[in-house]
Amino acid sequence: MTSPLQQKLRITGPSVVTANRLRDGAVVYRTADSTWTNEIGEAAVVTTAEAASALLAAAKAEGTRAVDAYVAPVLIDGDRVVPGNLRELIRLRGPTIELPITFGI
Amino acid sequence: MPLVKDGRIIEDRYLRLAEGAAVPAHGAIILPASRFLADADNVLRRDGPTGVLWPNDRSVGELAPWLGGLALIGLSFPTYKDGRAYSQARILRERYGFGGELRATGQVLRDQFLFMLRAGFDAFEVVKPADAAAFEEASRRYSVFFQPAADGRITVARARLQRASSARQAVERAVSARGVRRHSAAAGAGMAASPSMIHVRGPRERG
Amino acid sequence: MYAYDEYDRTLLAERVNEFRGQVARRLTGELTEDEFRSLRLMNGVYLQLHAYMLRVAVPYGTLSSHQLRRLAQVARRYDRGYGHFTTRQNIQFNWIKLAELPDAIADLAAAGLHGMQTSGNCVRNITTDQWAGVAPDEIEDARVWAELLRQHLTLHPEFSFLPRKFKIAVGAAHHDRAAVAIHDLGVRLRRNSGGEVGFEISVGGGLGRTPFLAKVIKPFLKKRDFLSYIEAVLRLYNQYGRRDNIYKARIKMLVHDLGAEKFAQEVEAEWSAIRDGALALDPAVVAEIAARFRYPGYAPLDDNPPELTAARADARFAAWLDNAVHNHKQTGYAIVTLSLKPVGKPPGDCTAEQMDAIAEIADRYSFGEIRVGHEQNLVLPHVAQRDLPPLWRALDKIGVATPNVGLVSDIIACPGLDYCSLANARAIPVAQELSRRYRDLDLARALGRLHINISGCINACGQHQVGHIGILGVEKNGEEFYQISIGGRADEHARLGALIGPAVPYEEVADVIEDIVETYLDLRARPDEMFIETAERVGVEPFKERVYATR
Repeated sequence: MTSPLQQKLRITGPSVVTANRLRDGAVVYRTADSTWTNEIGEAAVVTTAEAASALLAAAKAEGTRAVDAYVAPVLIDGDRVVPGNLRELIRLRGPTIELPITFGI
Repeated sequence: MPLVKDGRIIEDRYLRLAEGAAVPAHGAIILPASRFLADADNVLRRDGPTGVLWPNDRSVGELAPWLGGLALIGLSFPTYKDGRAYSQARILRERYGFGGELRATGQVLRDQFLFMLRAGFDAFEVVKPADAAAFEEASRRYSVFFQPAADGRITVARARLQRASSARQAVERAVSARGVRRHSAAAGAGMAASPSMIHVRGPRERG
Repeated sequence: MYAYDEYDRTLLAERVNEFRGQVARRLTGELTEDEFRSLRLMNGVYLQLHAYMLRVAVPYGTLSSHQLRRLAQVARRYDRGYGHFTTRQNIQFNWIKLAELPDAIADLAAAGLHGMQTSGNCVRNITTDQWAGVAPDEIEDARVWAELLRQHLTLHPEFSFLPRKFKIAVGAAHHDRAAVAIHDLGVRLRRNSGGEVGFEISVGGGLGRTPFLAKVIKPFLKKRDFLSYIEAVLRLYNQYGRRDNIYKARIKMLVHDLGAEKFAQEVEAEWSAIRDGALALDPAVVAEIAARFRYPGYAPLDDNPPELTAARADARFAAWLDNAVHNHKQTGYAIVTLSLKPVGKPPGDCTAEQMDAIAEIADRYSFGEIRVGHEQNLVLPHVAQRDLPPLWRALDKIGVATPNVGLVSDIIACPGLDYCSLANARAIPVAQELSRRYRDLDLARALGRLHINISGCINACGQHQVGHIGILGVEKNGEEFYQISIGGRADEHARLGALIGPAVPYEEVADVIEDIVETYLDLRARPDEMFIETAERVGVEPFKERVYATR
């Protein structure tokens, strides 16, 4: 199997690199200054395959802060960055169903 | 890459030969499977221990004619998730009674040591030095084993029966010393019950 | 109940220590994610969309009230106050933090619970009939054999790195409540013509992308050969199962490629070499395990006590009694199913408060014992019939007495895209909408037995291919679509459902199901012809015509 790092990335629009935080699994996004944030608005948004590959490669080289990084589509709504598909929306906002008890996500 | 044998990190005395390399007349060597099979009888007549590196997708039964002369069989874990060599190891030890060195090669990691020991491996080419250093601790991680395997450890089922039997003997000794008659314990209360027809039936049982 | 002894407790404690070390090594980076992944999976830890998920085994579906309280405590302390019962007699916690997992697992181990082998390419939690030990139609208590297998296959040195996961179910009753046919290996207890009890062994069942029903490879296996024969099956699979393609790695593909007959011959050959070895079963070992299943001291009671007859005057009670209460082996007792499918709620979810309350109720009315069934409901297995009226009031109070067991709103659903990183579409909201549409229990009863199964992806955790109506979520151009199939069943007449046509969008699923149900009502030969019987009789066409006529 080709490593994800060697796979040719194809992106169709603005994208971010997202992952889960190692310690607790929380959804995080890669920032331009090589850190992770749980605010999608603070994520580095890339628009070319080259930029996405570079951002992803750096994210994947991370040992212990975040795991399973990948490139996800986003939409730019004015000055807001929003998830580009339902899966990413659910990752950001939580399940679409009412939870028995909610402590906030 | 450290070699752990019989629980200790040791120097590997075996020379591993590549496919086309000439076989030296003396010394300990490990041959690829095809090289070994091409000339097995002659190779085994050499002066010095001979081992073979056996792939995990080939039946170890093919080695049966030469097991008495082989000093070492290296089995392969291309990734630690590929567990075929565990079966090969058990078959070599338990079915063919292979008594030489059984060496784990490939992606050999700390968390697999105990499984490998139980399957009959006694030598390990360990990928990470830290794992080799932790061999002793990793191999003692469990003290309870449920299934009979190539390491011959007592199983829980056996241990339970032995314990029950020695407890029974102790009771019998005590009882006969006192001359008291034993009562058999009431067995399985509630097990046997007459089938009943009650009228609280719901719909047919779920499939 | 099965009583754990010092050996079981020691093993669990050693497992906790091992996992604590592995988590520590991962957090410091000594282990890479790739190295750690299968270690955590073998402890039931997945990384899902929002957080880590911990899957805890309920071996053969039997829980004590003490264990259920501990599950509630773990839900509160480490998670968000609820858990989700799955189709494989497991419970899942959705919001656990990796750094806290070792403590959570230690708390579970102290109550004899664990997540060992609930994931990963090993032998998974061994499941059975949730009525085992109390069902009137069983040959023996299947749990004894499931426990024997559980022990033998726990940390098995040869079979912990199989080509793919391996699921085993054991059934001992006439009715198959354990869905034996969709397991990698199925065991059904059988009595031969000589009256001897043994096993029918089938292999190669499984759903997922390429569904197969298991094929019988040994019509009658003697008890002494139980472990050696299964060892031979696993050994063949370990050596010859495909490892080059994850979609072809299950034993069903090996059985399919070789043919069941050839596979059976290979098993016989391997088995003949080991059957008289260390695995030949000593009856004393079986007796020792059987002796540690403790049965309650039932009181000598009569069936249909006056309390029950009197309580029937309450129509709500009568509806529940007729739906959720079943015959018991023991005169004067009953088996009670607790529906975890209330209208509009996620199927199989249970809050910590409900768990605590059910534990309390089980102590009072069911000798402290609870069962988990593969339909994602719970069971109180030993209820005195005279206690049914107060029990019902107690269950009703905590929302687990909806009389919809086995009916259209008793929907099986996986967590789907709301939680699962593998899912393509949501499953829970579809189930919620359907349960709202069929909230009228008179209508649901009039429809009779009808199983709807929903999976959020082709991995089929919701077992959609064996639902009377199966719903499979797929993704089309970023939108959720659902393929609908009918005619599947998971019981002793197991078969796979057939697709009725093109997938329909999320908004239309419930309408389509209503059309299918109306078609059934129009077509059924008599009021008690079940949906599945009608579907088998008339085939897919009439349903297809109705559904796609206006779409």
